[in-house]
Amino acid sequence: MLSFIARRLGLLIPTFFGVTLLTFALIRMIPGDPVEVMMGERRVDPVMHAQAMERLGLNKPLYAQYLDYIGNLAQGDLGESLRTRTSVWDEFLTLFPATLELSLAALLFAGSLGLVAGVVAALKRGSMFDHGVMGISLAGYSMPIFWWGLLLIMFFSVWLGWTPVSGRIDLLYDIPPVTGFMLIDSLLSGEEGAFVDALRHLILPAIVLGTIPLAVIARMTRSAMLEVLGEDYVRTARAKGLSPARVVFIHGLRNALIPVLTVFGLQVGTLLAGAVLTETIFSWPGIGKWLIESIGARDYPVVQNGILLIACLVIMVNFVVDILYGLANPRIRHQR
Amino acid sequence: MSLLQINNLSVRFGDANAVPVVDGLDLSVDKGEVLAIVGESGSGKSVTMMALMGLIDAPGKVSADQLQFDGTDMLRLKGKQRRHIVGKDLSMVFQDPMTSLNPSFTVGFQIEEVLRQHLGLSGKQARQRALQLLERVEIPAAESRLGAYPHQLSGGMSQRVAIAMAIAAEPKLLIADEPTTALDVTIQAQIMELLLGLQREQDMALVLITHDLAVVAETAQRVCVMYAGQAVEVGQVPQLFEAPTHPYTEALLKAIPEHSLGAQRLATLPGIVPGRYDRPHGCLLAPRCPYAQARCHEQRPALEPHERGAVRCFFPLNLNAEVA
Repeated sequence: MLSFIARRLGLLIPTFFGVTLLTFALIRMIPGDPVEVMMGERRVDPVMHAQAMERLGLNKPLYAQYLDYIGNLAQGDLGESLRTRTSVWDEFLTLFPATLELSLAALLFAGSLGLVAGVVAALKRGSMFDHGVMGISLAGYSMPIFWWGLLLIMFFSVWLGWTPVSGRIDLLYDIPPVTGFMLIDSLLSGEEGAFVDALRHLILPAIVLGTIPLAVIARMTRSAMLEVLGEDYVRTARAKGLSPARVVFIHGLRNALIPVLTVFGLQVGTLLAGAVLTETIFSWPGIGKWLIESIGARDYPVVQNGILLIACLVIMVNFVVDILYGLANPRIRHQR
Repeated sequence: MSLLQINNLSVRFGDANAVPVVDGLDLSVDKGEVLAIVGESGSGKSVTMMALMGLIDAPGKVSADQLQFDGTDMLRLKGKQRRHIVGKDLSMVFQDPMTSLNPSFTVGFQIEEVLRQHLGLSGKQARQRALQLLERVEIPAAESRLGAYPHQLSGGMSQRVAIAMAIAAEPKLLIADEPTTALDVTIQAQIMELLLGLQREQDMALVLITHDLAVVAETAQRVCVMYAGQAVEVGQVPQLFEAPTHPYTEALLKAIPEHSLGAQRLATLPGIVPGRYDRPHGCLLAPRCPYAQARCHEQRPALEPHERGAVRCFFPLNLNAEVA
């Protein structure tokens, strides 16, 4: 197990360099620089422009800029935002709970509904329900997130007026951030109706963000379950006189969960990519929206290090999933 | 009254016109008896017993005039009532031990599950009983095996665990579906010995599904020979081996290598078991039978009782043979 962890950590190093190089290069390939964007439509005085660039250290040759960047990273310095002059790490910490809350809500939605739909579809294989679930999940998987988000906003927020259009909570409430999770903070604040309001803000974005993982989990659960239900040990379980529920959920699902868990881990990457779009659509003040705005402002340190942090996060989550995988599958646990 | 009484059991997969996998089977098993069911692959041996256990799923259809176990009509039983009998009084050991145990749970858990379900044991009691069972099926270092996962056990060990699970609630009838086929030869004898020892000790009936006639000769009291879903001969051991009355039984016995010592080639029965599209109108064996006559191709014989058992043939062999 320890050598396994060491090997996985060793793999982090090349990934880390790859990410820094890629973001460093990509953000500089976009036309325009931070100073131009800040000055806006007005003509930039070339002298002023040069001065500003020099002050930001952007007049140096690219390789020197990159080395500076890596040097700072090596000292644990993620730099500060060009726009707000606050440290990237602090901004990340402030905004990340919002993204985490949204992602967890989306995963909860996708995981619970996907497992149930997948299991039921497998048990009723070939039925209308099965075909329905598989058809809908294929559609869900193919749906562009931004379009799906706008569609839901139009239907539920604009026509039906059931949910708010954007944000995490109504401006009427002044919720002091304690945990960074609006659902928890609104409860802690003790303000009447704040929790329900926060929940109403969360539902639509969570559904939009959870749609693709939901589709993937439902389809994966179904096929894993179908395979497992044909196994000899399921027949053995039935021959023991166990109830159908016990046969399906204890003996079947436990084994079907192994491939589903892997897919679940892979979905975390998709989820964070989706969060960028979803947060933008719903004006959700998380790291996705933060990154989009920073790209617009050519805020180099934020883009570079924000993406780096997200990459580290995805790697860590996959790492945790690998460990969970070992817990779910005794055959893997004992190999290591 | 016999422990198990099956009359005219049929199992079909598909509609009423589908070719039956088990076709009008009659069978009985007495208390404490060892009955062997023999026949080649696809002859319906396992399906018969799966039907009894209620393990046939749609589109499979089970019908019978009588499917009586220990005074209960198994055909009319639904859900919960059936599960009170299956796994308790009536249990089964399957062919491939490596795949018939759940890879995600420990051996102890899987045995205790039966004890919880049928005997209401829990906690320490269940643990204790599971340990006794593992010792009873002669697993060395039983205590430490309780926490083992199936992949940590050999095939023979796994089959012992499966047997422990099957006898956990002291069944009246144990069905062993080719329990040794997937094991290597040295282990096969041990497992058979274990099964027979348990059978004697607990006075339970044992139905042994096999295609190994040597095993049958050594273990069973009675034999049912199946061909294409029908019982073609039922008889006592060893009489059936000395004087088979059905041509198919005779052919099976001739195909045992030890019986053709000195011969150039092993005796075989030409042709294959009839399938879905070439099911004969008359006797199912007629196209392959060396004794077949015109009548055999036109009419289907019934299973007729005789002095030493029963046979499904118009022209039975050795009926008047002197047997010990």
